Amino acid sequence: MRMRRVAVLIHKEFLELRQTPHLLVLLLVAPIIQLFLLGYAATTDVQHVPIVVVDADRSSRSRELIERFAGSTHFKIVADETDSHAIDGYLALGKAWLALVIPAGLEAALEQGGPPVQTNVQILADGSDANSSGIALAYAAGLVRDYNGELMAAKGLRVSPMNVSVRVLFNPELVSRDFMVPGVLAMLLLVVTANLSSMAIVRERELGTLEQLSVTPLTRWELMLGKLLPYGLIGLIDAVLVVLVAVFWFRVPFQGSVLVLFLATLPYLLCTLSLGLFVSTISHTQQQAMLTAIFFFLVPMIYLSGFTFPIENMPVIIQWVTYLIPLRYFLVIVRGVFLKGIGLDVLWPQFLALIAWGTGMLTLAALRSTKRV
Amino acid sequence: MRGVMAVAIKELRQIRRDRRSLLILLFIPVFFLFLYGYALNFDIRHVTMAIEDRDHTAESRALVAAFVQSAYFDRVATVDNDEQVDALMNRGETRALLVIPEGFTRRIFRGEPVDVQVVLNGDNANTATTVLGYVNGVLTEASVKLGGPVRASSVGVTPRVWYNPELRSALFLVPGLIAYIATISAVVSTSLSIVREKENGTIEQIRMAPISTLSYILGKTIPYLILAEISAFLIVLAAMAMFGLPMRGDWGTLFLVLTAFLVGGLGTGLLVSTISDTQQTALQTSMLLAFLPVFMLSGFIFPIASMPVFLQRVTTVVPAKYFLIALRGVVLKGLGLQDVLMPLLALTIFAVAVVGLSALRLARR
Repeated sequence: MRMRRVAVLIHKEFLELRQTPHLLVLLLVAPIIQLFLLGYAATTDVQHVPIVVVDADRSSRSRELIERFAGSTHFKIVADETDSHAIDGYLALGKAWLALVIPAGLEAALEQGGPPVQTNVQILADGSDANSSGIALAYAAGLVRDYNGELMAAKGLRVSPMNVSVRVLFNPELVSRDFMVPGVLAMLLLVVTANLSSMAIVRERELGTLEQLSVTPLTRWELMLGKLLPYGLIGLIDAVLVVLVAVFWFRVPFQGSVLVLFLATLPYLLCTLSLGLFVSTISHTQQQAMLTAIFFFLVPMIYLSGFTFPIENMPVIIQWVTYLIPLRYFLVIVRGVFLKGIGLDVLWPQFLALIAWGTGMLTLAALRSTKRV
Repeated sequence: MRGVMAVAIKELRQIRRDRRSLLILLFIPVFFLFLYGYALNFDIRHVTMAIEDRDHTAESRALVAAFVQSAYFDRVATVDNDEQVDALMNRGETRALLVIPEGFTRRIFRGEPVDVQVVLNGDNANTATTVLGYVNGVLTEASVKLGGPVRASSVGVTPRVWYNPELRSALFLVPGLIAYIATISAVVSTSLSIVREKENGTIEQIRMAPISTLSYILGKTIPYLILAEISAFLIVLAAMAMFGLPMRGDWGTLFLVLTAFLVGGLGTGLLVSTISDTQQTALQTSMLLAFLPVFMLSGFIFPIASMPVFLQRVTTVVPAKYFLIALRGVVLKGLGLQDVLMPLLALTIFAVAVVGLSALRLARR
């Protein structure tokens, strides 16, 4: 292999990129925009949940309980109704996610001197947004439980014999963003570089210039390298930009070593680029390449890799399938380096997996490709 | 009209020649609905838990059993010291640790409070919050057994969930998946098809033909509209068959909402095609303008109410947000046409704006 020829190809690729300034700008700016949006939007913490209150008791005890909700940042009381039929309108039209229904007689039951009786308040949740409602419901139930605990404590009684202290490792404030942002790095690299490399070769095929390349003394490997290296470089630049924004703007903790992260990005880029290359060898038009890459590889990889949805929740068969996804391993590395500060000594299995995957896919692509059209 | 038909027929012929793309657009969405519907959910089971029981009495073992026998937790290890815990957490092999101190039973019998410690792996904040909820639930039940009868009147909670009583993630995710897949079909197909003509140079020939810009646009987009509608209905039917997605509203309203959303998507594709010269650019632009908002800003996965205020304002121009409100409303809550007028109007305004803008840009060239 002559590196000089590869260098010429790389130069040509960059020249072409310069001729489409839109693309170049997009490649560098879009990941940053995406990171910004994701950094701010990707939170599964529920705040300001709209809740409608129906107080049939209208007593000082019921007002106390409602105060707990009004004072919590997790909730925003949108209405104070007296009739429970009004709830339909709020939940159905999405004006409130939860409804708190306090039955008449709450204070009476609590203050009466006879045998102890438990009065239940109802919390209705809009289940159409199951994830957020579930969390909001848990918070609301927790607020009522805390209120009950205060009532008991005021009478000198304990609700539970146990004091539970909870400690959260690696992310004590349970900030979703610290978990999501490193994942975004992995996702962005995958999407940008895989799409680019898949369309790059097919484009030449579509435009007919691949024929011209095939009559040059370029070997198959030289052609592949010449096509992949420019996009790998762009991927690396994007990675650096994303990490800088993550650490300095979003203040995502970075406990580990930059070197480890850099070393991990290389085999990962090998995986994504060779994936794109492989897709280009099985597609005749750019549209095919793009649809194939997106539907068959990118979207499944993003959803099944543990980026947002935990792998532990998936059916066992699908969990096995996730072992074939390079994004899964890179996510472990990235999150480990950012949040846990671990290094190669713990992460070497993931490194190996990435290198193996990348080399395998590259070979597959090389076997399938010919210089001819 | 004849111009429209001519362009549409030509487009259909080209679509038919690219069999793989056609199959992908029509049937892969259904296949992936199946895959994601089963794989993706936020319900958490089998949380890995390590136990450090320093008391080794019948009561402490009963507490451990309460955790392990619940549907939520799986015991993976019994540990004796902190280093073992660190190693397990670092490697991600355990999500939770329960520490029961020495003297647990002795103190309970004496009526003294006792400290139980729970350590959670917080690297996945979402999971950790839910696990915390489970821990509280198990502990509350256990303390009732340990603490004896309640000695005063108290306040409790009856939770009730509407529309989706089992809080099945699938019912909430499927409408979002429909939006996501529909967007891909609509935006990408349209933008690529026009930009391809630009790249190949055939757009010059179109310009010389006696068709008006409007006819050209209509002829280009109608085939993809039909494809996307078919694909979307296939997904809805598949979701009903595979996941028991209910249909509590009426099909007519569903069709209207879907069409308004798809036209908006096609218009976005058109707009992208007017600002892209190569298919690669068209793709990256579509990603930014279409996929990104659907995935992140529509309320599909991340609740809008929890976002910072400036971002919530941005979501007012994301059509997928209104589509999800209307779709979930019709399908899960049985809302009728009069109830979804607001989101429907928003979708229509967006569609008209985007198509109009594209037409203006195309006519100027």
